[in-house]
Formats: sequence, C-alpha cells, structure tokens
Amino acid sequence: MATDTHSAAEASGPGMPQLDFSTWGNQIFWLVITLVVIYLILSRVALPRIASVLAERQGTITNDIAAAEDLKAKAQEAEAAYDKALIDARAEAGRIVAETKAGIQADLDKAIATADTKIAAKAAEGEKVIAEIRAGALDNVKVVAKDTAKEIVAAMGGKADAKSITAAVTARMKG
Amino acid sequence: MASEAQGVETGGLEFHPMDQFNIESLFGGPIAWYTPTNAALWMGLAILAVIGLMVLTTTKRSVVPSRGQSVAELAYGFVYKMVEDVSGKDGVVYFPYIMTLFMFIVCANFLGLIPMSFTTTSHFAVTVVLAMAVFLTVTVLGFVKNGTKFLGLFWVSSAPLALRPILAIIEVISYFVRPVSHSIRLAGNVMAGHAVIKVFAGFAAIAVVSPIAIAGIVAMYALEILVSFIQAYVFTILTCVYLKDALHPSH
Repeated sequence: MATDTHSAAEASGPGMPQLDFSTWGNQIFWLVITLVVIYLILSRVALPRIASVLAERQGTITNDIAAAEDLKAKAQEAEAAYDKALIDARAEAGRIVAETKAGIQADLDKAIATADTKIAAKAAEGEKVIAEIRAGALDNVKVVAKDTAKEIVAAMGGKADAKSITAAVTARMKG
Repeated sequence: MASEAQGVETGGLEFHPMDQFNIESLFGGPIAWYTPTNAALWMGLAILAVIGLMVLTTTKRSVVPSRGQSVAELAYGFVYKMVEDVSGKDGVVYFPYIMTLFMFIVCANFLGLIPMSFTTTSHFAVTVVLAMAVFLTVTVLGFVKNGTKFLGLFWVSSAPLALRPILAIIEVISYFVRPVSHSIRLAGNVMAGHAVIKVFAGFAAIAVVSPIAIAGIVAMYALEILVSFIQAYVFTILTCVYLKDALHPSH
C-alpha cells in the first residue's frame, strides 16, 4: 500500500509524517472541501434548525409561564368571588333571621292583644253578672226586711199598714 | 494503519509510533493533490459524524428533546455562548464559522481515538490551514472593521510612554506567533498522545510488562478523550479571543 515516496520516507528513518511536505497539498485540498461541506451543512441545515427549536422552546416556556400566571389570577379571582359570596350569604342569613324574629314578634304581639281584649270582655261580663247578683240581693233584702218588719209589728200586736212599713224599711236601708 | 512492534524476534523492540500518521493512498499509486487518501477518508467520516450529530438527531425538531437532539443543542449552546461571551454580541455573526471549526476538530479528534483509525488533526497540514484561516480572517476583519485603529492593538496606551515602543514590538511578535502556537498546540497534543499510546502498545509485546503497558494504554486513552475535547475547546475559544481583538482592538 505504501507508495514510492512513502517507502523512501520510511527508509530514511523514523521521521515525522507530519513534516513530509509532499502530502500537504493533498491534505489541504481535502481539508478545504471538508470544511466547506461542514460549513454548508451547519449554516444551511443544522444551525437554523436548532436555533428555531430553541426559540420555539423558549416561546413555549414563556407562553406556559404566562398561562400559569393567568390561571393563578383566575384562581385568586375565584377565591375572592367565593369569599364575597360567603359574606353575602352570611348577611342574607342574618337578615332572614331578623325578619323571621320580627314576624314572630308581631304575631306574638297580635295574639297577646287579642287575648287581652278577650280577657277584658270576660272580666266585664263577670262584673256585670256580679252587679246583677248584687242588685238582686238588695231587692231580696228589702223584701225580707219588709216581711220581717211586718211580722215583728204583727207579733207586737199592732196592725201595720204595708205602706208605712215599706217607707220605714226604705228609710232604714238608705241610712 | 501502523504495524505494532513486531521486532521481538529480531532481538530487540522496534517501535513505529509515528507510522500511524502516514498518509497513504486508499487505492494505491502516488499521492497527488486530488488522490483519495486515508486523510480524505477520515475527513469524510468527520463530515458524516457532523451530519449524524447535528442534522439526523434534530430531524424531529421536538420541543422536548431526545438524547441525540439534546447533545446537538448542547454543542450549539456551548459554542454560541462561548462566541457571545468572549467575542461580544457583534461576534455572533461569525458563529457558523466558529461552529464549523469546533465541530470539525472535535469530530476528527474523537474519530482519531477509534483504534486503527487515522487522526486528521494530528497533521500540521490540517492545523496550520485552520490556524492560518483564523489568523488571516481575523487580521483582514480587524483592518476592514477598524481601519488603522486596528494597529492600536499593538500600542498599549495604558503603559508608560517610554515602554510603549518595546511593548509594541512584543505585541507584534506575539501577534504573529499566534497562528504558530494555535496550530502546533492542537496537532502536537493529539500527535503526542497517540504516539505515547503506540509506545505503550509496543511494550505490551513483552509478557512481563504487558499488564503495566495495557494499564498505561487505558490511562493514556482516558487522557486522550479529555485532550480531544479540551484541544477543540481551546482552539475554538482562542479563535473567539482573536475575533474579539479584531472587533474591539482597544486594550
């Protein structure tokens, strides 16, 4: 495989192949081709592609962070709304309790008033009956007194006319 | 590509640690400038490696990357950040060129670690072309972008006036030494590691020391994996530094 130049170089002893300038042209030629090809591959295909991937990832991350912040704000909003609803519900409940209490109080007052009037009517009726009874009792007393006075007078032997006895009883009773 | 030390029967060990760097024609015959050689073959494989790493892995363009795609993205981000950090925002325009250098060197270095392979970056012909390309581009760019102000790179205005001419001479010398050190650093590191592995392999022919030799090969191989990446990184970051000097020549 070794060429003539090589066998000559090798025969001359353990020199450095790096300093064999006869191969430099060849290496430089292929190196330039290699570098141009790699440059074209990188600048045309690989680097724009990777740059776009990185940019896209950066964009995705930024978007995701923005979305997360959005959701966080929404959650806070929802929490505030919930708190507000809770406070409103408490106020409503308080109002309902007060209303119910007032209603019950009104009913109670009404019932008490009705009961009072009924009691008053019953008391008046009772008083009337008592008054009647009392009046009846006085009449009876008059009758009994007249009769008793007539009897006493008769027993005494006198003859009492009814008119004077009645007058005397009435006078006495007035006194 | 190189024969192992097969000289035991001749009474002594014979090492051919440099044979692995021989340039050979793939189909025989003399080597002209257009002849397909093993160097050309392994450069072509480097192209395939770049395609495999950067193109085939990213065909899906998934937002959640697969393993291969995340490696490609990692390489992209690594070099992009390097260019942006070292050369500045206006250096990003030259990112594809620097990425080309990095991908070629890193792929060639790692392909060279495959046993029996040929390491293209171990040749000065390759690294000198790479370094000169950087040097000439950066110098031309410096003059085009800054005009004569680019010479301010050599005039250290923060130093005392008396020292400035001396510093200017030193700066000019160091500027022109750049491509030399830039190229020899890469090829020298890669070549030395591969040659040392071959020497260990030669010693492995002796039964008594072969365990040590093989342990040495393993250790060197691990080191070479490190070197393969670090040298590609160093070459790239130095390119970025030179580019920064061209874009912002003031000290």
